[in-house]
Amino acid sequence: MREVVIAGIGQTRVGELWDISLRSLAYQAIKAARRDANGLMPDALYVGNYLAIVTSHQSNLGTLLADNAGLTGVEAFTCEAGQASGGAAFQMGFMAVASGYVDAALVVGVEKYTDAIGSEQEAALAISMDADYEAMVGLTLAGQAGLLMQRYLHQYGAPRSAFGAFPVLAHANAVNNPFAMYRRAIDQQTYEKAEPVADPLNLYDQASYADGAAAVLLTTPEKAQEAGIRHPLVRVRGSAGVIDTLALHDRPDPLAFDAARYAVQRACEMGGVLPGEVDLFEMDDAFSIYAVLGLEAAGFAERGEGWRLGQNGDLRLNGRLPILTMGGSKGRGNPLGAAGVYQIVEAAQQLRGEAGANQVTGARMALTLNLGGPASSAFAHVLEKR
Amino acid sequence: MEIPRHWRLKKQRYSLQGEICPHCEGKIFPPRDVCPHCGNDARTTFTFSGRGKVYSFTHVTEAPAGFEETAPYTVALVQLEEGPVVTAQLTDVEADEVEIGMPVEMVTRKIRSDGNERGIIIYGYKFRPVLDGAR
Repeated sequence: MREVVIAGIGQTRVGELWDISLRSLAYQAIKAARRDANGLMPDALYVGNYLAIVTSHQSNLGTLLADNAGLTGVEAFTCEAGQASGGAAFQMGFMAVASGYVDAALVVGVEKYTDAIGSEQEAALAISMDADYEAMVGLTLAGQAGLLMQRYLHQYGAPRSAFGAFPVLAHANAVNNPFAMYRRAIDQQTYEKAEPVADPLNLYDQASYADGAAAVLLTTPEKAQEAGIRHPLVRVRGSAGVIDTLALHDRPDPLAFDAARYAVQRACEMGGVLPGEVDLFEMDDAFSIYAVLGLEAAGFAERGEGWRLGQNGDLRLNGRLPILTMGGSKGRGNPLGAAGVYQIVEAAQQLRGEAGANQVTGARMALTLNLGGPASSAFAHVLEKR
Repeated sequence: MEIPRHWRLKKQRYSLQGEICPHCEGKIFPPRDVCPHCGNDARTTFTFSGRGKVYSFTHVTEAPAGFEETAPYTVALVQLEEGPVVTAQLTDVEADEVEIGMPVEMVTRKIRSDGNERGIIIYGYKFRPVLDGAR
């Protein structure tokens, strides 16, 4: 396989962006990534999106978004894996360049969540669950997380308040991210007073769903050099996607997050690195319990011990394993099918030394983990400064 | 309204009809095309007793369309006595009385109403605490 580098990155602000359409939102990110890559022309566009078919009544986003961006004649289609669609689209772009199928691929993750309103939103989100046996009985995405959190508390005796460390950390890091939805810190007290959403899960255990778009332009180091790109390049060292059962009830051990475990293992094996060698971990914190289970699955904590990492500063920007460095989904906002591409963009900012006040000192290698549902699917990537 | 889907699922919804694997005798609910225990085709029907225990539960406050009238409600993972786990609402129980390990049994209840104006009501399984002296 050929070496693949990130030649350009772009992102929009995350939030309730009522005044901008799906196509224009995607275009803002595409435009920024192409400009960052010195105008390098892509041969293909791969789209990460989860809900447009319901919220915007729009399919065939590949054609719509490429057409709207003036990319006539390229190959373009959507990669869909629920909330892991962004990770899936990035992997597709990586494979296309690595294999020699194209010389430059553009990946855009886009979500226009606020095109639906009220209870339509929860119903739209439910399409990534098992429609016949989960959504049909009234389970929600937050409900899945609530079921896991309740079981975790029961099985391991973790203190309920320990989960607050994750939203508190995410909000603290989002303060310095100009693209973040919530640029304000919260404290443990605020966390503990929050309303329940899917008890024991509360409002601050859940990242707010939002609109947003992020894009990356992938190419070979030679093409990047020809294009005269001056900023540091980021190499994609490892890439892996793994599934578990779609429905939570079909798993012998629902707290194991096996898909996350194997995705991280395989991406690291491909890159010839150990998870412990990375300088930062952009992980999935759609719900605080998923951050805890993700840390355990990735091997950073023993089963039942992941919550402890939040208690001693290990996960902060200057800690042993910085996570959610630009605010994660909780602070930046959760743009669902775009979240996986935001993670890549944020990891690239760190590796390029462009993370501003949130710069992780000396960051050379990053791990990303994007989950669909409760790790029903998982995509992991290893990125390295070239 | 997805009439064919609701019609197709009636045996599962009304009588917890799943499968028993003819190769390894693993019991399966919901039905699957391939046995998760041995990997062979699973096609022999098996009706579950409807008795089980709460494996985990959550109280859903923010409900999707079709469930607004019922919210808040409790959804549980119920481990059936034959082994498989099923996702279902709990009923006939106060939220603060639910606990992990609690014995429950299946009952047929209204699950949700149709989102449109034809007024179709969908029935299916919920689980309630096992009543003392009921059997």
